[in-house]
Amino acid sequence: MSTETGRVGEWSLFGHSLRRVVLYGILAGMGVFYLIPIETGIMTSIINPASYTGSFPYLPPLEPLVPGTGTFSLEPWQGAIDGLGQGLVNSVILVVPATIFSGLLGSMAAFGLTTISWRGQIGIYILFVAGIFIPYQAVLVPLTQFWYNVVPLQAVFEPLAVLPFVQEYHWKLVALIITHTAYGLPICTLLFRAHYKKLSDEMVEAAQLDGASVATIYRRIILPLSIPMFAVVFIYQFTQIWNDLLFALTIVQFGDAAVVTQDLVGIGVSQSGTNFPLRMAAALLAALPTLLVYIFFGDKFAKGVAA
Amino acid sequence: MRNPLTVLKRRLSEHREVRTDGGTTSAGSILDRDSVRSAPFWLPPFLLIGLFIYGAIAWNIVLSLTDFQGLGSPDYSALDFENYVVAFFGGTPSWSELTVSPIWNSAWNTVVLMVSFSVVCLALGLVLAILVDQEIRFENTFRTIYLLPMSLSFVVTAKFWLYMYNVETGLVNLFLGAVGVGPVEIVQNPDLKLAAVAFALIWQFSGYAMIVYLAGLRAIPTSHFEAARVDGASTLRMYWRVIIPQLRTATVSALVVLTVFSLKAFDFLFSMYGGYQPGPSADILATRMVREAYSNGNWAYGSAIAVILFIMALAIVTPYIYSQYKRGEL
Repeated sequence: MSTETGRVGEWSLFGHSLRRVVLYGILAGMGVFYLIPIETGIMTSIINPASYTGSFPYLPPLEPLVPGTGTFSLEPWQGAIDGLGQGLVNSVILVVPATIFSGLLGSMAAFGLTTISWRGQIGIYILFVAGIFIPYQAVLVPLTQFWYNVVPLQAVFEPLAVLPFVQEYHWKLVALIITHTAYGLPICTLLFRAHYKKLSDEMVEAAQLDGASVATIYRRIILPLSIPMFAVVFIYQFTQIWNDLLFALTIVQFGDAAVVTQDLVGIGVSQSGTNFPLRMAAALLAALPTLLVYIFFGDKFAKGVAA
Repeated sequence: MRNPLTVLKRRLSEHREVRTDGGTTSAGSILDRDSVRSAPFWLPPFLLIGLFIYGAIAWNIVLSLTDFQGLGSPDYSALDFENYVVAFFGGTPSWSELTVSPIWNSAWNTVVLMVSFSVVCLALGLVLAILVDQEIRFENTFRTIYLLPMSLSFVVTAKFWLYMYNVETGLVNLFLGAVGVGPVEIVQNPDLKLAAVAFALIWQFSGYAMIVYLAGLRAIPTSHFEAARVDGASTLRMYWRVIIPQLRTATVSALVVLTVFSLKAFDFLFSMYGGYQPGPSADILATRMVREAYSNGNWAYGSAIAVILFIMALAIVTPYIYSQYKRGEL
């Protein structure tokens, strides 16, 4: 970025190209604005907490070369892994099935409400779309009542706990998976419907004339054509569910089933003050999966949020 | 009138005959209606959202009329609007010995946060979109960087900005110090709290507004830009008079989404203030609701606040969905 600005500036200081210099200057400046909190976090996360002074939070630890910057250490990351390990495992157990279920069900709903067209389907679809905008506060108390007092999931998991890898507290994660699947459905359905509306009707009509059943049309024609959209939807849902705190807070509440966002809230604070290197390492570790997904599939993420 | 059951039977048998005939579909049969044939696909998801979204909302409304408080289970035999009276006017409700304050403070903060956050996000997003749309090099890189914060969670964003705002070591205060101001207490300062929250959220979501506006700009035919140029309009004038008016749809949809994001800012405040207590000057309805229910055990009162929040969201979203429906964009 900086080399780009410099190079353009070199040969175009005259005439209207000065505008371009200013333009790139502003663009780069905004880039710094968006990156600096993350950059500061990364630099701070590799400082030995004992040598941390906080004088130059944006500089890497360069002591003894640059005094006041602290010495390099991976201790904060070790601490973050120790502190968030269980939460990370729980988050993975939650996110993978919830993402797949909401994506698959969303695709099926969109298919039944778009590709197969029938009168009145728009009314049903509006109920799906409206679900995107529900403030989740409006369903929290019933959800807690439902999972704690109505559905005996905990009783189901008590005998299952003898099985390998199954713990009694996993019932909370199952509850959370079902909840996230349900609340992810509206946006998934919207994304798939936008995609299915663009597909040509001819193939489906031809298949119908050939006597193909609805299920065959979905499996043979629509599903293969949905793969690019599945990527968009999975990335969007993965990010949403991984990042959620509110549902976890009200359904898991506390204990062994706590997910990573819950663990992150309290990390790095103690009687002796705030351990900033540990806290930044933990924030980055918790953000790492979604950051990696974003860096590798950024265009698909943009497509998901823009829809 | 014929007995509906006989009609159904006849249609079912018709259906069977046609099937044995050789696969062509009978248009008359109920089982062959497209709505029924596609039901295995849309019905299970519909039941799921019906139960979890609409069932839960209805249940929440009923709960808000009870006196449900503390441990135990709600008593549905005596329903009244007491919680709403308390929410609007304050006072000592029958389920508590303490005086409960009304929601006006958090409702006001909600509106202030919602408006300031969405307006600044839109303005910044529009400016960025116009800049990125100038046939620049490395467009993808810039776009990726601007949208990057949106992939983070509220919890992580709050941790980053808690650090940025720190009195002694925060970058914001280092910057202020460099220009001769401060150091300023930001996170716990009643006068700055809400602005600090809004600023961090703008950092996180203005990239989203940019993406929406960029898509809107790209949808405007090039001829509109050229026509304005030929007329000799200055760049500023061209955008103000010709281009921005055409971005109305983009503005409305971005605005609706951003407003709803700001209603959900609970996660951010919970992470920033390490719990249910952001303090009166940063308390919004979303935090008040969760605090009343999950921290104070005032479940029914929390439900009532949730209903108010829900109605606010509905007031914003309903016109939007209706206009989308009218324009056939659903």
